[in-house]
Amino acid sequence: MEVAIFVIFALLALASAVVVVAHRNPVYSTISLVVTLVSLAVFFILLGAPFIAALQILIYTGAILVLFLFVIMLLNVSEEATHPESGRRIQRWLAILGAVTFALLLGLGVWNGYRGTDFAPMSEELVSLKSLASALFSEYLLPFEIVGLLLLVAIIAATVLARKPPREEGSTP
Amino acid sequence: MSPELFHFTATAVKLAVFAFLLVNVVPLMVWVERRASAFMQDRPGPNRLGPLGLLQAIADALKFLLKEDVTPSGADKGMYLLAPVLALIPALTTFVVVPFGPTVRFGENEVELVVTSAETGVLLFLALASLGVYSLVMAGYASNNKYSLLGSIRASAQLISYELALTLSVLAVLIPASSFQLNDIVFYQLDHMPLGMNILPQFLGFTVFLVAAFAETNRLPFDLPEAESELVAGYHTEYSAMRFATFFMAEYMAMTVLSALLVTLYFGGWSLPWWHGNPDSPWLTAVGGLTILFAKVGFVLFFFVWVRWTYPRFRYDQLMKLGWKVLLPLSLANLILIAVLTLAGVLPAP
Repeated sequence: MEVAIFVIFALLALASAVVVVAHRNPVYSTISLVVTLVSLAVFFILLGAPFIAALQILIYTGAILVLFLFVIMLLNVSEEATHPESGRRIQRWLAILGAVTFALLLGLGVWNGYRGTDFAPMSEELVSLKSLASALFSEYLLPFEIVGLLLLVAIIAATVLARKPPREEGSTP
Repeated sequence: MSPELFHFTATAVKLAVFAFLLVNVVPLMVWVERRASAFMQDRPGPNRLGPLGLLQAIADALKFLLKEDVTPSGADKGMYLLAPVLALIPALTTFVVVPFGPTVRFGENEVELVVTSAETGVLLFLALASLGVYSLVMAGYASNNKYSLLGSIRASAQLISYELALTLSVLAVLIPASSFQLNDIVFYQLDHMPLGMNILPQFLGFTVFLVAAFAETNRLPFDLPEAESELVAGYHTEYSAMRFATFFMAEYMAMTVLSALLVTLYFGGWSLPWWHGNPDSPWLTAVGGLTILFAKVGFVLFFFVWVRWTYPRFRYDQLMKLGWKVLLPLSLANLILIAVLTLAGVLPAP
């Protein structure tokens, strides 16, 4: 049962990830990214971390990708204007080379990690909500707050950049 | 029967019961909406077919099934067909975390009267509910119609804005109960709150939740995504027959599950102040809990209808102002207030 679910969602995640890169219509790419991220959430559930799964859906698909889609639709970005022939051919080969190298490195890392070591399954202690929360708000409080501050700075920066000269007021967002 | 098989059967039965109830809430709500609006406007409403006109809903459903299903020629076919189906997913899945009773014993097997008692509870509800915006966005985009597109842009902006206030007001309920599971929240209310309800200390949060719930379900006075005087019918302008009816159903189901969440968070969910389930009879506990839950949900749903036929629609800038400048600060203030009250021991720990 677990293996079947894993295989189905692994294939779905891979296929939709390919569509994200390959499709010419940005709306389709975004929707495919949603499918990829939801499949990843299923993996988190299979690994016994439902909290991370819920956060994955809530934050990535529920908020960030909706904004992606919103901006794409608002700007009305239509099908990719460039033809496959335009652009430098070498770019494509470089991209493929980069992807293959990355996949090799990743595979090497995983293989090295697996060789000889026996991984203990994640303990309840590690993924349970209470221990995660207490670790986040005691041991890692400073990094946590700094990340929050970073996001705040980003929001303020975006607001300043997007602000119009202060002559008209009350335009709808 | 082996425990695994029993657990599987129990889960299937719980899912089937919820699906049945949710699907049947829709025609009933359509009937209530039409009759109640007629009553408020001093006219009879649909009263010909069956007792009190109750069979009108079935006639309407039949009409939807038999009508021609039109796909506009400029539409993005795949997405156009997929969008109404996706609308049903959040409406039908979020119910899995809403409890309708305590844990009961059937023979030697224990059954929790909630489909899943995952540790993440409410978070799962919010996560699945947040997927609802995609069907609206896809419907609007795929229809290739400017009214549809405008409707879905409005919908996504509105849903994102009000989700924040909604989530923060839910968070304030979780703090004193210190759990994400809805059944823990019900028991917290039963143990510590007057009348077994959170409503008194959480009144501010309840108000924010209620207003945000109207916006999240695109109901008047916040139905700008489908404002008929400006956008024909918004994101579902091009849809017809059963595909239109699917959007319609999803909207009423979303109202129902959100009402169930509201009732569970603030009004004691499946319990009554003097009835916490019957330890002698598991069946009575299950059926009683379900009845009480849905009776409370019925009151909230009627409130939705009542408001719809009472208030005019907001302007879009008013909607955004209310969401960001009133509801969000209010929900933050409520969060801090509840946190301080809990720390000070005014709200007891579970």
